[in-house]
Amino acid sequence: MANQKSLAIIATKGTLDFAYPPLILATTAAALDYDVTIFWTFYGLQVLKKERDLKISPLGNPAMPMPVPMPVFVQMLPGMESMATIMMKQKMASKGVASIDSLMEMALESDVKMIACQMTVDLFDFKHEELIDGLEYAGAARFFEVAQRADITLFI
Amino acid sequence: MADQTLDAKGLNCPLPILRAKKALKEMAPGQVLAIEATDPGSAKDFESFCSQTGNELVKASEDGKIFYYEIRKA
Repeated sequence: MANQKSLAIIATKGTLDFAYPPLILATTAAALDYDVTIFWTFYGLQVLKKERDLKISPLGNPAMPMPVPMPVFVQMLPGMESMATIMMKQKMASKGVASIDSLMEMALESDVKMIACQMTVDLFDFKHEELIDGLEYAGAARFFEVAQRADITLFI
Repeated sequence: MADQTLDAKGLNCPLPILRAKKALKEMAPGQVLAIEATDPGSAKDFESFCSQTGNELVKASEDGKIFYYEIRKA
């Protein structure tokens, strides 16, 4: 498409909360007819797993609103992370916020291009089979090829 | 009269925009999509969506609970 705008995102985080910004911005930009590429690196690769198991923890995240104030030593207890994750997912569903699974599906449907950082795939001993289909595996040089012709570049 | 309707009530950002985009894709130029939403952020978002995609926001109103939009496809 002539004059099509383009967005390049580097997604580096793999928690449930931080999986949202790259996918929300990518799907929205695609709806605005942008050509979109996300370069997933380090913990961002967790979002690309076929068996996605993203979590959120109040630990080390004092800004996270909690239904009841919770001292740090309680946040450390076994099961707290799973509980916080379940509660956050319920809250999101009740507020009509899309799940990460469905945002990823919509991103792929709207032709958002996904590049997985091969160096971090190696670093974490991930297998290509563990990650979703349709990924391109490449490195930093490939990102710059995308970013140099992008109108907007974001690091998340 | 709208040619298509979209119920986006209860959906939060960015779903109303994504659903609207999907619905408009199936429509012919000149046809009108009527949308009902409850996300207060959708008021500014549909303005921005239309100004960036060239579709025309022919109506935007609210009754305190529900936001009503009509978009004419470019």
